[in-house]
Amino acid sequence: MTSQQTIVDISQAEQGTSLWHDAWLRLRRNRLAVLGLVVLVLFTAIALLTPWIAPYSYQAQNLELGASPPSAAHWLGTDIFGRDLLTQIMYGGRISLAVGFVATSVALLIGVTWGAIAGYVGGRTDAVMMRLVDILYALPFMIFIVLLSVVFGRNMLLLFLAIGAVEWLTMARIMRGQVQSLRQQEFVEAAISLGLSPATLIRRHLVPNALGPIIVYTTLTIPNVMLLEAFLSFLGLGIQPPQTSWGLLISYGAETMEEYPWLLIFPGLALAITLFSLNFLGDGLRDALDVRGAKD
Amino acid sequence: MVTGIPENHIVRAIFEGLAVKNPYTLEPEPGVAESWDISEDGRIVTFHINPEAKWSNGDPMSAHDYVWSWQRLLSPAMGAEYNYMLFPVKNAKAFATGEITDFDQVGVKALDDLTLQVTLNERTPYFIQLMDHYSTFAVHRPTIEKFGKATDRYTPWTRVENIVSNGAFRLKTWALNRRIEVEKSDTYWDRDNVKLNGVVFYPTENVVSEERMFRVGQLHYTNSIPLGKIPLYREMENSPYVQAPYLGTYFFLLNTTRPPLDDVRVRKALSMAVDRETLNKTVLKGSNVPAYSITPPDTLGYYPPQLFGYDVARARELLAEAGYPDGQGWPGLELTYNTSEDHRKIAVALQQMWKDALNIEVTLTNQEWKVYLDSVTQMNFQIARRGWIGDYVDPNNFLDLYLTGGGNNNTGFSDARYDDMILHQAPQAATREERFDIFYRAETLLMEQMPIIPIYTYTSKHLIHPSVNGLPPNLMDSLNLKYVWLDRNWQPEQAGD
Amino acid sequence: MWRFIGIRLLQAIPVILVVITVTFFLVRMAPGGPFDSEKPVTREVKAALEAQYKLDLPLYQQYFSYLGDLAHGDLGPSFKYSGRSVNELIAAGFPVTAELGLYALLVALGIGCLAGIAAALRPNTPQDYIPMSAAMIGICMPSFLLGPLLVLVFGIYLDWLPVSGWGDIPGDKILPSLTLGSAYAAYIARLSRAGMLEVLNQDYIRTARAKGLPQWQVVLKHSLRGGMIPVVAFLGPAFAGLLAGSFVVETIFQIPGLGRFYVQAAFNRDYTMILGTTVFLSVLIVLFNLLSDILAAWMNPRLRAQYGK
Repeated sequence: MTSQQTIVDISQAEQGTSLWHDAWLRLRRNRLAVLGLVVLVLFTAIALLTPWIAPYSYQAQNLELGASPPSAAHWLGTDIFGRDLLTQIMYGGRISLAVGFVATSVALLIGVTWGAIAGYVGGRTDAVMMRLVDILYALPFMIFIVLLSVVFGRNMLLLFLAIGAVEWLTMARIMRGQVQSLRQQEFVEAAISLGLSPATLIRRHLVPNALGPIIVYTTLTIPNVMLLEAFLSFLGLGIQPPQTSWGLLISYGAETMEEYPWLLIFPGLALAITLFSLNFLGDGLRDALDVRGAKD
Repeated sequence: MVTGIPENHIVRAIFEGLAVKNPYTLEPEPGVAESWDISEDGRIVTFHINPEAKWSNGDPMSAHDYVWSWQRLLSPAMGAEYNYMLFPVKNAKAFATGEITDFDQVGVKALDDLTLQVTLNERTPYFIQLMDHYSTFAVHRPTIEKFGKATDRYTPWTRVENIVSNGAFRLKTWALNRRIEVEKSDTYWDRDNVKLNGVVFYPTENVVSEERMFRVGQLHYTNSIPLGKIPLYREMENSPYVQAPYLGTYFFLLNTTRPPLDDVRVRKALSMAVDRETLNKTVLKGSNVPAYSITPPDTLGYYPPQLFGYDVARARELLAEAGYPDGQGWPGLELTYNTSEDHRKIAVALQQMWKDALNIEVTLTNQEWKVYLDSVTQMNFQIARRGWIGDYVDPNNFLDLYLTGGGNNNTGFSDARYDDMILHQAPQAATREERFDIFYRAETLLMEQMPIIPIYTYTSKHLIHPSVNGLPPNLMDSLNLKYVWLDRNWQPEQAGD
Repeated sequence: MWRFIGIRLLQAIPVILVVITVTFFLVRMAPGGPFDSEKPVTREVKAALEAQYKLDLPLYQQYFSYLGDLAHGDLGPSFKYSGRSVNELIAAGFPVTAELGLYALLVALGIGCLAGIAAALRPNTPQDYIPMSAAMIGICMPSFLLGPLLVLVFGIYLDWLPVSGWGDIPGDKILPSLTLGSAYAAYIARLSRAGMLEVLNQDYIRTARAKGLPQWQVVLKHSLRGGMIPVVAFLGPAFAGLLAGSFVVETIFQIPGLGRFYVQAAFNRDYTMILGTTVFLSVLIVLFNLLSDILAAWMNPRLRAQYGK
């Protein structure tokens, strides 16, 4: 029995490495996915280098100039304080990308683990875990945020945690649904009968097989999180002027979309391009990792 | 009982005070009282109630209604927010705080059904004005008592089917968060002069939505306008945009109990480094009037002192004297404001003005409304945004904010000479000139200590459909729907809020 | 199956109790009380107001008295709307929000599923890219942006539809339903595409296809059930989110729904109203999550067998 298990484990591990390797090869063939990856890397690089490459100071104002449309001096125009919009978007990207990736990772980690365990173990454990999710859904989020902001003050780490704390709930439900349905399938039952430990089973079989919806939901969560950050800033938890983010720039821009459309269009474009790239990459990853699909 | 400016319009449409303000002149004119006499020493005011004044169920109005309603307002159990409106009345404050329990000792008496005699603590020139504040309106005793004790708040007496009122209009529908409709009242004493058949109020939280509703013709009158839209509306021919001075001041509170703001030189430096003209012209789109003191100019003919102006050189000198030459050694400062687009814009502009002029760092903190209120009352801030809208047209309403320990002081400012001038000297002044002179000296004292940084005097900003008449701008932004009429060429009869 | 539903309903009781308890103490910990306003009231007035609403009692007494009233279905008086009960406010706001949510969900499901299935049938072709790109735009377009944009285009420039209201002017329900629905349509499109792709690659579908069954039959008879599982798992929380998230749309379009009451209550520290709506919403969330789990079980034959036992 023991020796047999070891054999299975080794073979799984081998298949694992080749799976990732194959996936990478397949991903590279998907031109859109590669484009998405390139854009994301580029945006991240710009965000990291912003303090050195930004064309203007992000604070310095020129009130007399005010909001001006794109021009040679200011490629994307200026905001109502006469600040260069390109610079604002570059600095905003630092915050938004950080919030988007970190908070989503938090949500992903908690949600997937929670959902997988609940779905796999089932029974009473599942009931307790999922009712806890129900409770968290129902609590008044706004009050919770206000309290956090008062007790702990303004804190980036807290912002990530607060966002992660709400976003993992749906992730957990989706993961649980997937695992539940997978658990009944022959290959999983076979693995169980082979005596594979639950942790290994979840990691090796259930999570990879549920990856499709998870990747999709993750790419959906990132924009959500970036916009949620703007709302939390309104409640006093997020970032503080003159710091800015894409979510904030968009919500300011939305207020004056008729008067100064560029203040909405350019931050919106930055967010949209990021999202499209993420999705191309996400879909590419999904397809690349789909073992069965690859047989076609 | 309601609070808040927009709800105020609805209450004033369906109720009427003893005296009302003429919207053109703001002078008091007859309301429920057809006339009033004031004694030589100004302490006894006798109202003569119009015999034609009736409740909407047909009951005649009487002086007893006022005695009962004011007792209700002042009852400690009622917990009425605006009970201080009647504090000029003799013993009213003592009754409201529970020091005395016998209402007969309070200076309000019904001499007969139609004669109400009010005894004041001292000459109070603005007392008649207070009769137009909704807190002093009479309420219908039998209706309220039908549903509970006089002071019970949780009763259904304000429902459409129950409410009995006395104004030019009466409540027709009250759909929460949807709309409130009032229709012309046929029992109102001056009904022949009421021109509108009804008014519809839409509760809006969003000025942007409000402007759109106006633009497509769903509203005749808006309560406000988004800042960014002002230039567009100004340029229009026959512009519906109406902007007028308003009895209110936008300013920042300085916490004088904490360093570095415990040093008057720092406070003055901060105030002088603010370029109010540019701020108003650019960020605020010329929508307000730069202010250099707390009382709005031309408050009943009173003009506040202007002790300083935008003066970067002097501000830098003062800061250096205080020990921070060119911002060196500056400990940092936090500015708190409640979350709002306009407050944010002002705070961001100020932050940079201080940085440019004085080379000092100020961090901004926005707080959700109630958190912000809590910070202000606990004085848990260094600089905090604040606005004050006058309840009545008199410099007293602004200057008594800074009495020692006053509930709205929130700065730690305290000066015995100032208290004496506001509390004792001004009320005893024989003439208006003498009284205003005392106020002027008091305000000079205040602004020399600079516990606040005034930014601008508010204006009222409305979009008014061209068919609407009888809605003159005035300092109180007081809307008396009795005077409003629509041009016949325009069909739909509704005004929005 | 009935046993499963019964157990879940029993489990709902502790869930809701925990929600009530946590919320009750949470809202009181937040700074600022219901009677704080820009012009602060005197201490005496505040004390009198608190006495009127029994806020002067010790906290545990307030808590148990609240639970007692709740047992009778009484959610107490609203602090902000004087003379109104929370029951009444919820009764006024909920039907509006529910109707809005229903229309939005129909919009979301209709557009989302069609787009998702179409895309999954021909992955990596224009039939995939076009609907999915549209979905992406829907996702990065938050409702505070989409709503005003729709209003500008259809309400103001084209002048086809009213810009605000709910049930006052014909057609005023269209723009809010579209605004609220489109964000969810985008989600559903992406989730259903992923779910369908997953299923379409399974052996039994290959077999069906190999047998030469027509495309529509493969989709309708064999794949739809399995492919929609992620969508269904999303629906439960989505409907709850729809109710809470309708606040933005309700504010833009001046709709007198529960979302607006709820957020106003939170800003006003209207304790009873916050609690009342939270309790009400938690019941709905539990119900909808249950419903979505039942649906998921029904769609998945193996799970169905398990619950059927």
